[in-house]
Amino acid sequence: MEIKKGIGVSPGVVISTAVVLDAEDLLIPRRSVPPEQAPAEVERLTAAITQANEDLARLRDRVTAEVGKEVGAIFDFHIGVLRDQSVIKQIRQEITTNSVTAEYATSVVMRKYANTLLQLNDKYLSDRVKDVYDIEKRLLRLLIGQKHEDLLHLSRDVVVIAHDLLPSQTAALNRQHVKGFATDVGGRTSHTAIVARAMGIPAVVGLGNITSEVSGGDTVIIDGARGVVIVNPDREQLEEHQEAGRKFDLMETELRQDAPLPAQTRDGHQVSLLANIEFPEDIDDSLLFGGEGIGLYRTEFLYLASEHEPSEEEHYSAYADALRRLEGRPLVIRTLDLGADKYTQAKAQNPERNPFLGDRSIRMCLHDIPMFKRQLRAIMRASTLGDVRVMFPMICTLLELRQAKMVLNDVMEELEDEGVAFRRDIPVGMMVEVPSAALMAGQFAKEVNFFSIGTNDLIQYTLAVDRTNEKVAGLFCPAHPSVLALVRDVIRAGRRNGISVSICGEMAGDPLYTLLLLGLELNIFSMNAPDLPEVKKIIRSTTMEHARLVARRVMSFESERQVMHFLREETRKIIPEVF
Amino acid sequence: MCRGAGEAQNEVRDSFSLNIMARASRETSIRNTLGLHARPAMQFVDVANQFSSRVMVYKGGDEPAEADGKSVMQMIILAATEGTPLKIEAEGEDAQQAVDKLAQLVEDKFGEE
Repeated sequence: MEIKKGIGVSPGVVISTAVVLDAEDLLIPRRSVPPEQAPAEVERLTAAITQANEDLARLRDRVTAEVGKEVGAIFDFHIGVLRDQSVIKQIRQEITTNSVTAEYATSVVMRKYANTLLQLNDKYLSDRVKDVYDIEKRLLRLLIGQKHEDLLHLSRDVVVIAHDLLPSQTAALNRQHVKGFATDVGGRTSHTAIVARAMGIPAVVGLGNITSEVSGGDTVIIDGARGVVIVNPDREQLEEHQEAGRKFDLMETELRQDAPLPAQTRDGHQVSLLANIEFPEDIDDSLLFGGEGIGLYRTEFLYLASEHEPSEEEHYSAYADALRRLEGRPLVIRTLDLGADKYTQAKAQNPERNPFLGDRSIRMCLHDIPMFKRQLRAIMRASTLGDVRVMFPMICTLLELRQAKMVLNDVMEELEDEGVAFRRDIPVGMMVEVPSAALMAGQFAKEVNFFSIGTNDLIQYTLAVDRTNEKVAGLFCPAHPSVLALVRDVIRAGRRNGISVSICGEMAGDPLYTLLLLGLELNIFSMNAPDLPEVKKIIRSTTMEHARLVARRVMSFESERQVMHFLREETRKIIPEVF
Repeated sequence: MCRGAGEAQNEVRDSFSLNIMARASRETSIRNTLGLHARPAMQFVDVANQFSSRVMVYKGGDEPAEADGKSVMQMIILAATEGTPLKIEAEGEDAQQAVDKLAQLVEDKFGEE
């Protein structure tokens, strides 16, 4: 038994079997498998080798045709090694005699050959070391790829253990059977945390080296509230957590019962509670948790879930599906917000040195108008099917906003020429998630129909903190007075100009900030569905008078510690069970 | 006949497979300037694989070593440079043809130069 402490980012308790994901370019740690599983590992090895040989033959033919026979011949050597029975036999033996995974065995054997070649002291042959590493990587990629595939076709419940979950991996998860996450790195607002909360499953991140301490098949307890992961628990631990899990489920059920009640304070002030989603299927759960509509539809998952850029029809059918499920409730579609993530960086020809300050989000869209137009056309076509609103992310300057609106106008004109129906007065909004937009909110408010504050990026850019860097993640805090001042000013600018303002960042779903945001006169809260009941409970338990007092007091503080301490005390007074 | 490393083991096995197993061997040496690097090793293995016989290659000189003639990895790890004496040995129905063709390949400098 092993108890590991990390950061609990999504509450709940789960006891299940572990599946371990490897990230590319990471050392493959020694992973034992039960001896009876060795034949299955040998089979995976054989499949990976067959696939590698096919890939290489294709690659060789293409390179030979494009560059010439000399260069193509490099791949002949790779193919030769992958057909080398003595090499394959050694990897197989490593698997069966030491009961390890195909990945580990491949790594061990290929590295042994690499070392032998290095020691030969022959210039021509030591160059071949690179080829050996190449072959190793190719096989590992394929072997690990098979595991990703496995995550989609699960037949029983599992918890996923990974270094860090990539958006492309979470997009390909089997949502029915994945019951929890535990990762080496990450913080409260990491991608893993967001996805886990959206799925309503427990997650613990920032565990350090959980991937090397858990083997696939181990029994793991993930306690998302306490931030604890227990590997191969003893009987006592199991019983204790089964009990905790039951209690949590009970509380969840209670909270859900309040879902149909309005989000109204005791003195009659009503606000809107909306949900954030990644897939149209998430809508059903959102409504179940009491969401009154969708305040943020993250459309990038359309891109991440498949290998190619989605076509206009793929966009359209996703939006139409979402609107059908919503039955007239609002749907805020955020246009593509990709760029500064591992997924696009890994795919890019020239990875950016500073991607968060680089070609991301609306900037990327304005650099690829045809792609941008495909999405906007689909949104406009869907605009007749329900209450659709379009929102541009990462707007920094008025010029960017105007350019984006111009592209939208072009699309409308095209559709009109084609005689396609659409809603001309579709509400157009923007994310306020960089300090420049927040500081100029007064000017922006005159050119859009609504604001949505993206607190995650706003905090990152205001405090200059990369929330995925565990060394500085502790500095990432919504309670920082500078962030709060920006949020307050944006809400004010919206009110003065008569446009609606929502928050769709993590802050909106964190019960710690509900009183404060209410007191700052925020009218729309958009969050991950599982957070809705708790936030609603706080709203229904307080008065605007009290919330305004809390906000006034908070805005007088000069440190995030004071803010958090005070908010915790005030919230505990209303509903003690939250903290 | 020059006896290379590993010969003794082969003889033990031969004692009960003598009837069907033909054996052949031939001594030669590496003649191309770059030695037995990746491409020649690939060629050697490709040719060896055209025969059903088992093919062993013994490297003479200061650092004797042996390799499975059908394993490209083992062949390059021999690190046989120009002038290195080699013994090619085959065991099986087409042993003689295999040895002849492989020795010819080595002596033709693998088509280089």
